[in-house]
Amino acid sequence: MVIKTEPFVVNIGPAHPSTHGVFRMRTTLDGEVVVDMEPVFGYLHRGIEKLAEERTYTGCIPLTDRLDYLASMSNNFAYVLAVEKLAGIAVPERAEYIRVIMAELQRIASHLIAVGTFLNDCGAFQTPVVYMIREREKILDLFEMACGQRLTYNYMRVGGVSQDVPEEFAPALGKFLKEMPGWINEYDQLLKDNEILLARAKGVGILSKELAINIAASGPVLRASGVKWDIRRADPYSIYDRFNFDIPTGNAGDCYDRYRVRVEEMRQSLRILKQALKDLPQGEARSEVPQRLHPPVGEVYGHIEAPRGDLGFYLVSDGSIAPYRFHVRAPTLINLTALRDMVVGWKVADLIIIFGSIDICMAEVDR
Amino acid sequence: MVTAMLPPDWPGGFWAHWAVFVVVIFVFVLGVMMGALWFERRAMAIMQARLGPNRTGPFGLLQPVADAIKLLLKEDIVPAKGDKLVHWLAPVVVVAPVLMIFAVVPFQGGAILADLNIGILYIVAISSVATVGVFMAGWASNNKYSLLGAMRMVASVVSYEIPVVLSIIGVVLLAGSLSMQQIVLAQDIPFILLQPLGFLLFFIGALAEINRAPFDLMEADSEIVAGFNTEYSGIKWSMFFLGEYGEALAISAIVTTLFLGGWRGPVLPPWLWFLVKVGLVFFTMVWIRTTVPRVRIDQLMALAWKFLFPLALLNLFITAVEILVFPAVSLWVLVGVNIAIMIVLVLLWSRLFKLGWGKVEV
Repeated sequence: MVIKTEPFVVNIGPAHPSTHGVFRMRTTLDGEVVVDMEPVFGYLHRGIEKLAEERTYTGCIPLTDRLDYLASMSNNFAYVLAVEKLAGIAVPERAEYIRVIMAELQRIASHLIAVGTFLNDCGAFQTPVVYMIREREKILDLFEMACGQRLTYNYMRVGGVSQDVPEEFAPALGKFLKEMPGWINEYDQLLKDNEILLARAKGVGILSKELAINIAASGPVLRASGVKWDIRRADPYSIYDRFNFDIPTGNAGDCYDRYRVRVEEMRQSLRILKQALKDLPQGEARSEVPQRLHPPVGEVYGHIEAPRGDLGFYLVSDGSIAPYRFHVRAPTLINLTALRDMVVGWKVADLIIIFGSIDICMAEVDR
Repeated sequence: MVTAMLPPDWPGGFWAHWAVFVVVIFVFVLGVMMGALWFERRAMAIMQARLGPNRTGPFGLLQPVADAIKLLLKEDIVPAKGDKLVHWLAPVVVVAPVLMIFAVVPFQGGAILADLNIGILYIVAISSVATVGVFMAGWASNNKYSLLGAMRMVASVVSYEIPVVLSIIGVVLLAGSLSMQQIVLAQDIPFILLQPLGFLLFFIGALAEINRAPFDLMEADSEIVAGFNTEYSGIKWSMFFLGEYGEALAISAIVTTLFLGGWRGPVLPPWLWFLVKVGLVFFTMVWIRTTVPRVRIDQLMALAWKFLFPLALLNLFITAVEILVFPAVSLWVLVGVNIAIMIVLVLLWSRLFKLGWGKVEV
């Protein structure tokens, strides 16, 4: 007897526990196997790029907070870099160091959430994510100390940072740097060689090197596929050329490699933080910038290595106080374009963890 | 504890005794289920660096009561195109067999509702009925996630019944009886020592059968959003919840009876020994749940057919040989031999065992 079966369509999302926001995957399933997948997004579109065209250059900074809300500091950083490039503004030494410290802390905080939710998608019932949120909390405390905010920081300004860090910041950061390597080792002990995690994530959702380059993937997704490309080294910005750090890469480009690359990047960020804290100079945290910035007519592209990849801001100035065009190169949107190629042929359960391993933030994808 | 005061030859032929005992067991089991619920949430919270429920009553002990009241007051929603009758019936079909299992669980010598001479067979038969209930729920909900979850459930239960039953036969061979009471009485040495491999296979298989982590695929909330009970709310949903915890407790009780020597133990009163052992097994389940990620459906099936099934057959064969050929050998020698056999077989199979499958060409 032959049982005739037909593929059926399931809408995974927009409201689903594992879509990390409002993302919809129009999935065609043959039993458990994914036959086709069509991503549908735009549910969180707020028109940030258009809103920015009616705000002053400083007024745009809070908008960037709301792009990738798990890495607001990095968004601030990329934006102010672009504006500084456009207007030719110099940044004091101390501000540069504070920015690097904040960006690297943000990278750790963001990767903690990325790895934690990835493992949650694997079905590790909340344990890893709760452990990782515990450590993220310590980073948020540091941010709160510096700028009073815990999620949307709005900390960086054109020409520096909004305010200098308080005196107790450096000792608190030192304490965090002492504790954190132990925590990362703890995660590795619990998860790195976990038999089920290996069975679930190794060899699953492979993104080949060629495809990763062709779709212009960036960040941990690209590096896990074996491409050593990190904007901090490839196109150095701020003061990253002064620090020693390695660029961890994977070789298989599977979910497990993406997870490992993120964990190793946390270790490298700690290395940068140690060096930055040691060299942190005294002085001004902000240069004198006119209240209403009138950058010269022209265009500029500034990009940084954000936790999720190559985050870029393309600004066009017509000489007025507001940008004429404000475009965001959102790394997660571009990484997401590889999703279909990665999931077809895998099971529903794999679809979820492959999607989780890309680590997207819908607020940035939809803008 | 009422059951402790009853005479050992109880219940007699009088129907009122049966009625009273049924109510006592019913209330007792429901009470233990609520306790287990609280225990799991607190234990998990401690392992996850959280606090867990701690507001309602002392140590949050009344949290299950508060939850139950909330669930009773919730609106009952039936999907518009669902099958109303089946949708209504499914929770009952899930919960009833679970409660029926406790009829043959010996809480202590004589404290058993029905000392059937086929006790363990009865459990195997009855516990499979819950699967039908789950499939009914998945089908009646008219929801794709629910159907996927129900399909997964049926696939896993059908596969895991076999190694589970085969490992039970090992115990039955040793005890020489199917009666739960006789199995406990036969355990001068707890069968976990005499049947270490059988215990391992039974425990893994039972976890998969009752869909506890890491085999909780049928309700994988990160994949198919609670699976078969996606479309359930209010008291119907809580019936599933009850059934799930009831199954976990039933499996703990069966493991205790078959492998851990039931109520037998020094110093403490027998019924307390029983509860302590059940608590330990249940704690192990909670521990596993907080520790490991979930497996995939094809890996689940591969584990059943490639790992558990051959090992269960081998275990049965070895046990039979030991009983038939070497009846005179001291049990303690067999303990050593069986533990050695278990280690060799599990290591060997973990080398041989390949998961396979994975990506499919479409």
